[in-house]
Amino acid sequence: MLGRSANGIFWLFRYLERAENISRLIEAGFRMALTRSASDATDEWRSLIVTLGLRQAFEARHGTEYTGPHVFNFILRDKDNPGSIMAITEGARTNARMVRGGITREVWESVNDGWMQLRDALARPVTETRLGAVLDLVRRQSTQVRGAMEGTMLRNEIYNFARMGSFIERADNTARILDVKYYVLLPSVSYVGSSLDNVQWENVLRSVAGERAYRWLNAGRMDPRGIAEFLILDGRFPRSLAFCYSKLRSNLASLAREYGNEMHSHEILRDADCQFHTATIEGIFEQGLHEFIGKFIRANTALALQIQRDYRFTE
Amino acid sequence: MKKTLPLSYDEMLDADGSVRSAYAGYCQWHDEQPADLLRRKGSEAEAFFRRTGITFNVYGNEDAEERLIPFDMVPRIITAQQWRKLSRGIEQRVRALNAFLHDLYHRQEIVRSGRLPARLLKNNVAFLPEMVGFTPPGGVYTHIVGIDLVRTGEDDFMVLEDNARTPSGVSYMLENRETMMAMFPELFTRVRVREVSDYPRRLARSLAACAPPACDRKKPLVAVLTPGIYNSAYFEHAFLADQMGAELVEGSDLRVENGRIAMRTTRGYEPIDVLYRRVDDEYLDPLTFNPNSVLGVTGIMDVYRAGGITIANAPGTGIADDKAIYSFMPEIVEFYTGEKPILQNVPTWRCSEPEALKYVLDNLAELVVKEVHGSGGYGMLIGPTSSKRELVAFEAKLRARPENYIAQPTLALSTVPILTKAGLAPRHVDLRPFVLVSPNGIDITPGGLTRVALKKGSLVVNSSQGGGTKDSWVLDD
Repeated sequence: MLGRSANGIFWLFRYLERAENISRLIEAGFRMALTRSASDATDEWRSLIVTLGLRQAFEARHGTEYTGPHVFNFILRDKDNPGSIMAITEGARTNARMVRGGITREVWESVNDGWMQLRDALARPVTETRLGAVLDLVRRQSTQVRGAMEGTMLRNEIYNFARMGSFIERADNTARILDVKYYVLLPSVSYVGSSLDNVQWENVLRSVAGERAYRWLNAGRMDPRGIAEFLILDGRFPRSLAFCYSKLRSNLASLAREYGNEMHSHEILRDADCQFHTATIEGIFEQGLHEFIGKFIRANTALALQIQRDYRFTE
Repeated sequence: MKKTLPLSYDEMLDADGSVRSAYAGYCQWHDEQPADLLRRKGSEAEAFFRRTGITFNVYGNEDAEERLIPFDMVPRIITAQQWRKLSRGIEQRVRALNAFLHDLYHRQEIVRSGRLPARLLKNNVAFLPEMVGFTPPGGVYTHIVGIDLVRTGEDDFMVLEDNARTPSGVSYMLENRETMMAMFPELFTRVRVREVSDYPRRLARSLAACAPPACDRKKPLVAVLTPGIYNSAYFEHAFLADQMGAELVEGSDLRVENGRIAMRTTRGYEPIDVLYRRVDDEYLDPLTFNPNSVLGVTGIMDVYRAGGITIANAPGTGIADDKAIYSFMPEIVEFYTGEKPILQNVPTWRCSEPEALKYVLDNLAELVVKEVHGSGGYGMLIGPTSSKRELVAFEAKLRARPENYIAQPTLALSTVPILTKAGLAPRHVDLRPFVLVSPNGIDITPGGLTRVALKKGSLVVNSSQGGGTKDSWVLDD
């Protein structure tokens, strides 16, 4: 396949994944804000903007007025925000148009259909009443495209590049949530066992759609170490770092089989994936959760760049 | 002052208002349908087009960057007998076009014989000196041709234009049929219509038959070259590549490697055998033509001339569909086939000739005047529907550069009904059949693309100016 098409497929799925993850973040933030005092709600909205790396852009637009509608409209649809969900979805569709021949009609139509619906839904400012429906729409699009892909696409190189895009992005998103929220999960003297902690922890889980899975696995007990372990090391949870990396590994391995040779990215990935099999959560906390996550995000970015280089995404 | 146009030939109804035989089966079905069915299906179809992304981009229109070409639900129907005659005429014309191109770029016998003035080639940008003395692989110049036909009576089809460069619209022909079959399946069990859906397969086969000398594969590798997603016909480029199982490439994917044109794949550079390019000559090779082009491939013309790749259509074919050349087509057909042309030209006055110019100026209000190099219905004058002031303004342009124009009578283009709010109403149509040329012969897809002027009385069918399309049927015997 063309290097440019591999690039298009890779980014199509990165963007879809990103839009979905951002919508979960907004939803978790919204829920938190609803259950908190006004000033805590403001903190919550600010933390959302920080997680998305939008602080500067947001404050240039609204100053430090972190009200809900300002924040979620900025993230969803503001023209000054090149990373808005609308812009990302637009980017996904542009990439899909570019690789139209590499994806099935079903995949294309679900991308295009989702874009059309979202464009209509975001044509005017979103109110708190409408927010839930809009976020639903974003997630539904992502789910629909994934389903269309699962059911209609050949399991070949195109599929592998699509999946790698999804999992590089997902790993990055989960890691970034951990990066911003790590302090919530750190052992602290004053708050241990308080109900506030519980809510915060649950919010971290909700941001990655993991609250039910976690409760189910842990019979409802909330503890920060368990949550961190779940998000980093639990290979059963589809948004954990370990899960993303096992998928990256199997897709990169399929490519090596199909092409008959391994590239530099295979080496990088082997090392990165290895750590999830040997690491323990105790070890990670000892090393420092923050340092661990920071290192992971950098390595993940480097891996993405190496894949793009190895497979000639651009000239 | 507006004059009324001459009464037109209606393809569905005769002068007494009875249904012509071509439409008998359709009308019977139509009358049995509930009144609002077609309209309801019309909005269904529009939603379907939006979802599938069948749109075209409009240049210089920021708000409506992607627009739909309106699709009308009433088919345009041609009988088997009419089609037989038409396709004989089309084949003859396309054979002549290819022979003409070969001659122009070699001995120019037609000029030597005095049938074509040499001045038409001199200073004509469509004539490429780079092609002189070179014969494209398989001897084929125009791999894909679209012949624009208009009709004025029962048996009167005329050629309005030959599209020998990169005719577009074939994806609409295919999708229009798909839509009709999806919307009205039972209609197709009642009326037998000839298939068009294998066009992409035929196109792939036809292109593969023109592999260059350097090709060492059993199955030549075909790629479609597109200017990119912002081109107005991008949907069609992607559609055809997809349907053919060919790669859709852009200039930035390609480079010269070992005397071949190679595309950058995830495994390295891979040579292409046949390039179906949807990029104009001018942008094809910055080394040879427009040095600022980023749409083409640097050095492709050298590779082409050395037999490293087939370019379809061949560079320089534009000379054959030049409007000034068009007026000589009857002579051209006769010169190369030794036969009388089966399809007539629309009578044409070449304003470069003083006598013709005088006639055109004297009768401007009755004529259609076109720019020799224009396309898309822009820059033309339709005398009978123009105001006094427009006529005067055009007259000045005409006097200043007469060689830039040709004129034709305002034809009473045939009409076919479309569905309007007030029911069926006749509108003017044309027809663009698509023709494939390979060393194995000439292959014409039955029917083609019918374009229809949606405005009452309008003669402009171009999609960029508010025209629509119809499914075009050739009835099975």
